[in-house]
Amino acid sequence: MNPVAEYFGDIYRGLRTATIGMRITFKHLFTRAVTIQYPTVKMKLPERARNRLYVNMDDCIGCDQCAMACPVDCIQIETIKSTPEDNLGTTSTGQKKRLHVPVFDIDIAKCCYCGLCVYPCPTECIKMTDVYEFSEFDRHSLIYSFSTMTPAEIETAKMKAKKMEEEAAAKKAAAAAAAKAAAEAKAAAPAVPVPPAPPAAPQQQKPE
Amino acid sequence: MEQYLTSLFGDTIWVHILMGVPPLVFILLYALVVIYLEMKMAAHMQDRLAYMRTGWHGLLQPIADMLKLLQKEDTIPAAADKFLFLLAPYVVFIGTYAAFAALPFGSAYIGSGINVGVFYILAISSLVVVGLLMAGWASNNKWSLFGALRSAAQIVSYEIPSALAILAVVMMAGTMNLQELSAMQTGGIGHWMILGGSLPLAKKLIAVPLMLVLFLIYYVSSMAEVNRTPFDIPEAESELVQGYNTEYSGMKFAIFYLAEYANLFAVSAIVTVLFFGGWASPFASLMTGPWWSAFWFVTKGMFFVSLNIWLRWTLPRFRVDQLMYMSWKVLTPFALACVVGLGLLLVW
Repeated sequence: MNPVAEYFGDIYRGLRTATIGMRITFKHLFTRAVTIQYPTVKMKLPERARNRLYVNMDDCIGCDQCAMACPVDCIQIETIKSTPEDNLGTTSTGQKKRLHVPVFDIDIAKCCYCGLCVYPCPTECIKMTDVYEFSEFDRHSLIYSFSTMTPAEIETAKMKAKKMEEEAAAKKAAAAAAAKAAAEAKAAAPAVPVPPAPPAAPQQQKPE
Repeated sequence: MEQYLTSLFGDTIWVHILMGVPPLVFILLYALVVIYLEMKMAAHMQDRLAYMRTGWHGLLQPIADMLKLLQKEDTIPAAADKFLFLLAPYVVFIGTYAAFAALPFGSAYIGSGINVGVFYILAISSLVVVGLLMAGWASNNKWSLFGALRSAAQIVSYEIPSALAILAVVMMAGTMNLQELSAMQTGGIGHWMILGGSLPLAKKLIAVPLMLVLFLIYYVSSMAEVNRTPFDIPEAESELVQGYNTEYSGMKFAIFYLAEYANLFAVSAIVTVLFFGGWASPFASLMTGPWWSAFWFVTKGMFFVSLNIWLRWTLPRFRVDQLMYMSWKVLTPFALACVVGLGLLLVW
């Protein structure tokens, strides 16, 4: 290319491109800003946005399926069996609640918002909400306890469960002993020729 | 104004001190306005909003920024040359402030009516280079020194085309006093230097394109002299952190900033006076008088400041070699050609 033409061409192009650029910036000076004034104005979240977890304890049956599904193990659930005379009511889906849930903790700092805990829930009580502003100064404040039971209630529930268990265990022990005795008796019967056993057999049968 | 003050106080030092006050007040107020303007224009050109929280649309933000800078710790690097380090921002600011002395703020006020006006401004604004070099050297920091060296190279090379452009206008006007230069251009837009001043019509037709080119040359080189994007290679935050500003903090940094913005107005004002009638009203005898003339001067100055901001947020930064190419191979020859052309036109 002719150097003179190149020189003047460069100057022309320099001026022309500068004006093109200026035209663009001038146009943008009057286009609407895309800024969203965040804390006062919020962006609309998508319909199925996954944010903070919430558990509706009225519906929780303590099945532990959400905790098992959690890939980061951020859900911790403890349950206490209810006694037959306790009526824990039913869930909104009509299921009977059989377990007390004294501990239902979600460590939201660990939560990865995958939503995998939501799907297995049989009563649809654990769900993702649209709340995403929950920063805390202390990390431990991010462990959310959802259980609605008071310490006293937990204590009585535990006592009852223990008592029931003890009773059941006693029953079981007795049943096991009976079964064992029966088995022994059965085993003893064909072995008549052996003399030392006979006096014991009627004795054992008495308490039954 | 000087006569009025002399009649009040007699010929004492107070007259001179009071004569120096208006530019200083103007610089401080103007800095608040221009910081806001710059941020808002920058943001809106990028489809953002800039400050919105302090006052209506963030109007009080410049004041908040100023208060913040006042409170900041003023650090001095251990290895710095303390005396020069402390002196530099003031040298830079004095260089800029002194240039305001020869600027005619309206028909009634000029800091100093010296008849070497523009020449004085050209000379005194070289003090800024000294200040910047001082800052870069005294910081004892490689980025600062690089910035200062680049700044010196840039300002020195761009002073040549800008001086040539000024020379051409001065040739046409026959005066270097900016007050007289403005007064010469009163009587409507047709008398402005960009439209050939008071030349006869036939000569005007030849003079207008020359003046247009001279205006472009002066505007571009003045932009380079105030170190603003696309000529911000001395600061170049992506390469040099902040250039000579790197080691400065708090109020000293603020003074550098203030000087930069003041310098920006000074060069815009010179553009106004040289080519766009200074304080002369564009509507012949309409809207004239001391106050109106001050209004026109500031408005026109602010227009060129905004133009500068607009360019700043449009164009990317030059490379050092491109910068030198532009000054020595484009602006200087064109300015020389214009000076010769205009000279021939004037003697013809």
